[in-house]
Amino acid sequence: MAEVVELREAVAGLVKNGDSVALEGFTHLIPSAAAHEIIRQEKEDLTLIRMTPDLVYDQLIGMGCARKLIFSWGGNPGVGSLHRFRDAVENGWPGSLELDEHSHAGMANRYVAGASKLPFAVLRGYVGTDLPKVTSTIASIKCPFTGEELMAVPALNPDVAIIHAQQADRRGNVAIWGITGIQKEAVLSAERAIVTVEEVVDSFEPRQFQIVLPSVAVDAVAVVPHGAYPSYADGYYDRDNAFYEAWDPIGRDRERFTEWMEQHVLSVEDFAGHTRSIQGERAMR
Amino acid sequence: MTDAAAREYTTDEMMTVAAARELEDGTVCFVGIGLPSEATNLARATHAPNCVLIYESGTIGAKPDVLPLSIGDGVLAENADSVVAVPEIFNYWLQAGRVDVGFLGAAQMDRYGNINTTVIGPYESPKVRLPGAGGAPEIAASAKKVATILRQKPRSFVEKLAFVTSVGHRYGGDSREELGYGGAGPTIVITDLGILRPDPETKELTMTALHPGATLEEAKEATGWDLKVAEELETTDPPTERELEILRDLKARTEASRKKT
Repeated sequence: MAEVVELREAVAGLVKNGDSVALEGFTHLIPSAAAHEIIRQEKEDLTLIRMTPDLVYDQLIGMGCARKLIFSWGGNPGVGSLHRFRDAVENGWPGSLELDEHSHAGMANRYVAGASKLPFAVLRGYVGTDLPKVTSTIASIKCPFTGEELMAVPALNPDVAIIHAQQADRRGNVAIWGITGIQKEAVLSAERAIVTVEEVVDSFEPRQFQIVLPSVAVDAVAVVPHGAYPSYADGYYDRDNAFYEAWDPIGRDRERFTEWMEQHVLSVEDFAGHTRSIQGERAMR
Repeated sequence: MTDAAAREYTTDEMMTVAAARELEDGTVCFVGIGLPSEATNLARATHAPNCVLIYESGTIGAKPDVLPLSIGDGVLAENADSVVAVPEIFNYWLQAGRVDVGFLGAAQMDRYGNINTTVIGPYESPKVRLPGAGGAPEIAASAKKVATILRQKPRSFVEKLAFVTSVGHRYGGDSREELGYGGAGPTIVITDLGILRPDPETKELTMTALHPGATLEEAKEATGWDLKVAEELETTDPPTERELEILRDLKARTEASRKKT
C-alpha cells in the first residue's frame, strides 16, 4: 500500500546509489520534481531508464548522477539536441555514459515483459538495422510453433520507477488521464514505485482516457503541485514550450549549465522553490 | 498559370504541400513529429479530413488545431478518437499491420531510402550524437507504405550511412523482402527540390519530379551519390492559393499558441 510522504523522504528512502531508476513520462506528466530531488540528494552511479530522455535526464546526466542510460530517443522535443547527453557521449563530460540503445517498440516491449515478470519479450523489428550490432540486449529467436525468426529483448525491471500523476486518493490509488504513455508498465515492472501527484482527493471523477493504478502497486505517493513542469499535467497546466526552447542555450554550455543548476536546483529547498527561482529569471520566459 | 507563377512561396512550403498531397483521405497514418506532422495536418485540413492520424505517444485519430511541438502535446489527446498506452500503439496497431502509411523525417538517407538518426561518425566515439531511433525502425518495418520528408542536401543525402537506424530498401532489389517485414518500405521521398520514388526493379531512389524553379543540376549537387533521374521528369504543381492559405494559417496559429504559454 502506498504511503503519502514528503518527496524528499521518498527519494531518500527508496532511491539508492547504483540503482536502476526509470523516471517515465511521454512528454506529458514528466516527473521533474522527483528528478530534481535526486540531483539535490546527489545520488550517483545510477542506471537511468527512459524511452524519451529529455530535459530532466539532460540535467541528471550533466550533474553526474548517471553511469548508464537505457533509452530509445534522447532529444529536446521539437527543439533539437540534449547537449548534456551529447557532451557525455561525445566527450565523456562529466563522466562516460554507457548506452543500452533500443527503438520505442523494443523499450515498450521490455517494460511489458518486466511488468509481466517474464524474462524477455518478442517483436518484429530491428532486423536489417545496425542496432543489434551495438546493443547486446537484442537477439534473434525462433518461434517454437511456426519457426519464424523474431527478435527478443530482455525484460526491464528497474529498482525504482518514478512517475507523476494528476491525483491520488487517500488510500494511495493513483489516477492518470490524457496521454498515459508507458507509466503503468514502468510502475508494474519495478521493484519499488514512487508517484508524485498534483493533489490528493477524496474520490476520483470519471474522465475520458483515465487509468487508475491501485495503491498496492505503489510504495510512496508525494504531493507536488506543478511537479511535472515544464512538462504538463492534463487538467492542471499546459506544457511550457518556451522553457524547452530556453533550455537549449543553457544546456549547450558547461559553465552556464552548472551555474543554472547551482542557482535553480541545488540552492533551492524544493520544487516550489525551483519554480519561484526560475520565474524570477526573465530569460526563462 | 500566370497567377501561380506570380504567387510567392518558399521551398519549404512547396515541400510541405507536395507531401500533404500524398496522403489519401481515409488512410491510417503514423505521424512523425516536425515536417511530417505539418504535412499530414495540412492534408487533414484540405483534401483528407477523414485520415486517421496516429502519434507514437498513443493518440489515435488526433485532430490538433495547432501543430504540436512534441509528440505528446496535450492538443493531440484533446479531440482524439482514442488514447492508448504506448505498447498498444506499437504492438496492436503498427506491428499488427493497421497502419497504411508511415510519415517520417530523417537526418540522413541513402539511395535505397535507409535512414540514419543515430550517430554521425563511429558509434563508439561519434562526431555527432543524434537522438536515436524512437519509433522509426518499426514504422519503417511495418507501415504498409513509408513516405519520408526531408530537405535535400549533401549532408542529408549521403553515399553511405554512418548507421542504419531504420531500413528502407536495404541494398536494393529484393533485399528488403528477405527481412520478413509486413510493410512495402519507402514509396516516396519528398524534398524541398522535388520528389523521388524507388525504381520498381533496383529500388534505387529516382528523381521523378522537380518542384517549380528547382533545377536538375541543383538536385544532383544536393545528392551525395550519382542521382538517377526518371526519363520523363515531371514538374510538381505549385501550391494553390488555398493550400498556402491553410498552411500559413496553421503555422500562424501554432506560433501564436506557443507565444501564449
